Amino acid sequence: MTLWQQYIKPKTLAEAMDAFATAPRPLLPIAGGTDLLLDLEQGRHSPVQTLVDVTAVAEMTLIEIRDDQLFIGAAVSVNRVALDPLTVRHAEALTEACDLIAGPQVRNVATLGGNVAHALPAADGTIALLALDSYAEIVGIDDPMAILGNGDSAKLHRFHRLLPLKDLFLGPGKSSIKHGEELIVGFQISLSKPHQASCFKRIMRPQGVALPILNCSVWLERENGLIKDIRIAVGPGGGTPFRATQAEDVLRGRSLTKSTFESALDALLAQAQFRTSARRAGADYRRHIVSGLFRDVIESAWMRAEGKTTETRRH
Amino acid sequence: MTNQISLTVNGIQHTLEARANETLSDLLRYRLRLTGTKIGCDEAECGACTVLVDGEPVVSCIYPAERAEGKTVVTIEGLGNEFTAKHAKNAKELEKKEERRKNLSDTSIKLSASLRALSGLNALHPLQEAFVEHGAVQCGFCIPGQIMTAYALLERNPNPTRDEVRFALKDTLCRCAGYPTIENAILAAAESLRTGEPVRKPNIPDSIHVHQSVGHTHRRPDGIEKVNGQAIYTDDLVFDNMLFAKVKRAMIPHGFLKRLDVSKAKELKGVVAILTAEDIPAERNHGLIVYDWPVMVGVGERVRYVGDAIALVAAETLEIANQASALIEAEFDLQPVITNPVMAREDGVPQIHEKGNLLKHIKVRKGDMEKGFAESDVILEHTFHTPTYDHAFIEPECSIGVPLPDGRMEIYCGSQIPYQDRTQVARVMGWDESRVRVVGQLMGGGFGGKEDVMGQIHVAMLADVTKRPVKLLFDRHESLLVHPKRHATQIRIKIGAKKDGRIMASESELYGDTGAYASLGEKVMTRATTHSAGPYDVPNVRADCYAMYTNNPPAGAFRGFGVTQSAFAVESMMDMLAEKLNIEPVELRRINALHVGSITNTGQELRESVGLMECIDKVSSAMCQVSGLSEKDLFKPRVVSDVDEVDLTAKHAKRKEERRKNLSGLRGLSGSNYLVRAWGFAAAYKNTGLGGGAPDISNAEVELYDNGMFEVRSSSAEMGQGLVTVMRLTVAEEMSVPPEQVNVLVMDTDLTPNGGPTTASRQTFVTGNASRYAAKTLRDAITATLAEKYDVKPEQIRFENGIVHANGHSMTYAEVAKEMKAMGQHPRALYEYEAPKTQPLGTGGDMHFAFSFGVQAAEVEVNKLTGEVRVLRVISANDVGMAVNPLGLQGQVEGGVMMGLGNAITEEFLMDNGYVVSDRLARYRIPGIMLTPEITSIIVEHPTAAGPYGAKGVGEICSIPTTPAITNAIYNAVGVRVDKLPVDQESIAREIWEREEK
Repeated sequence: MTLWQQYIKPKTLAEAMDAFATAPRPLLPIAGGTDLLLDLEQGRHSPVQTLVDVTAVAEMTLIEIRDDQLFIGAAVSVNRVALDPLTVRHAEALTEACDLIAGPQVRNVATLGGNVAHALPAADGTIALLALDSYAEIVGIDDPMAILGNGDSAKLHRFHRLLPLKDLFLGPGKSSIKHGEELIVGFQISLSKPHQASCFKRIMRPQGVALPILNCSVWLERENGLIKDIRIAVGPGGGTPFRATQAEDVLRGRSLTKSTFESALDALLAQAQFRTSARRAGADYRRHIVSGLFRDVIESAWMRAEGKTTETRRH
Repeated sequence: MTNQISLTVNGIQHTLEARANETLSDLLRYRLRLTGTKIGCDEAECGACTVLVDGEPVVSCIYPAERAEGKTVVTIEGLGNEFTAKHAKNAKELEKKEERRKNLSDTSIKLSASLRALSGLNALHPLQEAFVEHGAVQCGFCIPGQIMTAYALLERNPNPTRDEVRFALKDTLCRCAGYPTIENAILAAAESLRTGEPVRKPNIPDSIHVHQSVGHTHRRPDGIEKVNGQAIYTDDLVFDNMLFAKVKRAMIPHGFLKRLDVSKAKELKGVVAILTAEDIPAERNHGLIVYDWPVMVGVGERVRYVGDAIALVAAETLEIANQASALIEAEFDLQPVITNPVMAREDGVPQIHEKGNLLKHIKVRKGDMEKGFAESDVILEHTFHTPTYDHAFIEPECSIGVPLPDGRMEIYCGSQIPYQDRTQVARVMGWDESRVRVVGQLMGGGFGGKEDVMGQIHVAMLADVTKRPVKLLFDRHESLLVHPKRHATQIRIKIGAKKDGRIMASESELYGDTGAYASLGEKVMTRATTHSAGPYDVPNVRADCYAMYTNNPPAGAFRGFGVTQSAFAVESMMDMLAEKLNIEPVELRRINALHVGSITNTGQELRESVGLMECIDKVSSAMCQVSGLSEKDLFKPRVVSDVDEVDLTAKHAKRKEERRKNLSGLRGLSGSNYLVRAWGFAAAYKNTGLGGGAPDISNAEVELYDNGMFEVRSSSAEMGQGLVTVMRLTVAEEMSVPPEQVNVLVMDTDLTPNGGPTTASRQTFVTGNASRYAAKTLRDAITATLAEKYDVKPEQIRFENGIVHANGHSMTYAEVAKEMKAMGQHPRALYEYEAPKTQPLGTGGDMHFAFSFGVQAAEVEVNKLTGEVRVLRVISANDVGMAVNPLGLQGQVEGGVMMGLGNAITEEFLMDNGYVVSDRLARYRIPGIMLTPEITSIIVEHPTAAGPYGAKGVGEICSIPTTPAITNAIYNAVGVRVDKLPVDQESIAREIWEREEK
């Protein structure tokens, strides 16, 4: 089968949007393609006329500080996310998540945007971004008529919208991004301040698909021996990437002790909706193992926030 | 639409027209003919296709070619040049520097790697050199990916730690699983690059029975071509005017083909031929022993599994062939699906074959069971289950049929049994066998999975009809669906023993799932049955096995040949018995171990070469040595406190530091040390050779050429295991020449004599012997000729260091060749070797001419909370008779352990009511380098008289005890008995928490 006919490589966002507006449909944006191309090849996605490759779009391949935010382009490879000094400094959980994804030859191709766009409830990058309270920056074409396009790109009205990451997800594999009309440009994360830290860990099983059976990320701020603020993300803890807000409420303003941890764990278990995935993990197994994973992750974040200094990484 | 792609590949600028749908790997392989970049899975799982794009390693199989526009690509073919070019500059600078230094002092100049590279003697990158030197190259198919990934690592990090190497190679899969040697090779290359010194040699001890050539470590003859991208595998071949084939498969597990309509497909432009069952020229079935496997299923006939062929397409391009296949319409009358062998034997279920669902009831009888159990103080009984497994060789199957003008047909393929392929093709075509030539190509792994015919007959039919070459390449999906697997089994064992540990009786009942067709099912399950009492001297044995047809993919040969399954059952049982009797597991095995003089359960007296006890003792003391524990503490659980933990795979020193700090945190508060370690132990034996009364014959031919080079030829298969090295060393030994003076040619039915199937760990023994005796015969002929010419006694002709001495005359072999020809003799000898006769099962006597013995111990760490299992260390001792090539042997042993580890921990070929769930490599996980434990190999050499220099088989024994060693270790750590494979962490966790809740 011819999976795609035309391959467009815009260099700017404007060019990308032009392609969206004018190129033959059906059309899909492609970043790393590590999932998308397999979906096309293996028939999970029907063939398209046009692939718009966004990996050369300048705005989407940046990692930079903008005011008090760290911007990570959606087309940045997960390997770069894992290694970049800025992400290491400001988004440690994210670097840990990206470091765990596949091998280097896949990490160099796969992108953070792709990891998020698939809207899987336990994507490693997504769970870390969720704990880091990131926002997705989205660009699109507001006039659907323009898509049918007469090629006059000047007529197109473009807009950016900023969406809290959690609002991006509608259900398993479903995002609020309009296919062929919108693009995730990148992600914003607040710059890390003293005594703020994050951590990501996951549990795998050695058989079958190499997706985590459970992952967890925690961001917290420590002040005078107390948790000033905290965000906890767990995947898969529901149909969409899950924030354990009730556990956060339990811990906010308190110290991390065995008893506060256990109350938080109870709150997490009460709020999360663990499912059974055939041949991967039973719901009760997930409920059982989340305690250790959550403990490891929160403990690491807690320790990091205490002595947060410059840590040397492997790379 | 006609975009151009300009890119630089290995320093050369190319401008090509962009093509729809093209990946970078396709562009490299098919347009630039850089076939060193391999496709193993085509789904970004295996890493074989790794190339560098702008210096970064990427998977080229899912990298759109157009994205490479303007970029710089380096492939395995360019690595040597890349290195030379880069270092040429450095070398010039170095020379200048040295020149200056020389002017100042007379310090001698150290010959640097850079200078060596410049000299032109060494066009290999040190990585490539190290991979050959350290034996990291076996089948070679994954090697380009391994080397390119490692190259990228060393560019970024010239002095990586072992952990960093592992992290970089995390998802670059090797099924020969030479991970430890790959790691060593990379570290050695890194060192060479840093110091400029030559690549350091591996440290592998010689055989204790070392000769001049055999018994020493030697490089593979095909090593260089496998590291520089020049090695040709079947899919790397292109013929003029070649067509591409696609097989339309039933994709239903059981039913009758009601209607088949190929008309739409025929109309498609570019389709050249479509064949159905009606077009089969002669015999309709193929098979290795039983001809029960239809070449294609015709209308009205029975479909027995999803992979059954119903039509063949040949088209101008693969894309058209695929499209045409999709246009073929088929309707089926679906039948109830037989999903497992127990169900297959039940009354009233559909019978899949005319003769019924029972392929074979296999029986082993020895002694008196009633007496045996009556004399036992303890009787235990337990049932075990093992799933289906796939070989997952990294090279998928490929066949090319090439019709010749004289009416003959050449078949290019990777096959473990080239002469059987020839027979099977000829039968279906209705031809004399001589009309078919099978030209075996390098194989990217086999492991038993390339014994059955896959595309060979189909391409012959298509090539014959179209009169054009036809290529049929399986993608990973098709490979997983179609070829025979390892038998799933259910094994019940009942064992009785005296208080002192002596086993008095062993009863077993086995069910083997041989799937839709027989393949080698009967033989495999026979081996499972005869080995189901373990390598023990048991007076009373009864075993019954039912090899059953089902609607699953066929099951056939797979390294271990049934013994992998029964060893898991019986060795688990041994540990259960040890616990019941309160005897140490090692001791229980010592008490019962087979020894010289024992009678096996098939009534064979072992008269020699039984190194089992030495294996047991050596593994036992090695366990104590590496762990610092006493024998009685080895099998007790040890809680790993975070401070003590020596994390063998920790990537981040920082994390370890954190763990230490965290002691004061929650874990300290909860006090739950949930990581527990223990050792586990298992023993096994495995026959060498076909046995059971089958004549076990191999032919080899040795020829001396005018230039003084020798060639040894046999159609035996080289699939990575290293037979070619064994053949070369054997001939070098007999002719007293350096191994490099011997070329090896294998797997060509026109040019090489029949070596028989490459199976049953037999080739070192039979083709090793055939090569050896062919060489001896040639040497005798040379001796006779020269004795006559120089009028001396034959004893006075001496062969030394590549020179032949006769009565004061010294001749090179080139001169000998001329002398022979001058005397009217062709310096060539063919030898047919037949192994010692064996007896069929049930007749008593020698069922096999040799057995190899193996013992393994595994140390595992179990996470009591999550059930996760890590294998930390494996010690493997194998009695192989004699180590012909210790380097190749090392690769077999380490690869065997990893395959055993996969069998225990990662692999399970999943099916759902006859439909294949594990139909992609992403859903069938084979072990990667991150799971590689520290492997200690101990070679035990109890020679067998008939073997070449005493050698017997090793290919299988080294993989068999791994699984039970691991599962026994899990039991010892956390008290959970794994009786169903693979190890399921969720079940372990569940059992622990349920126990603790009580």
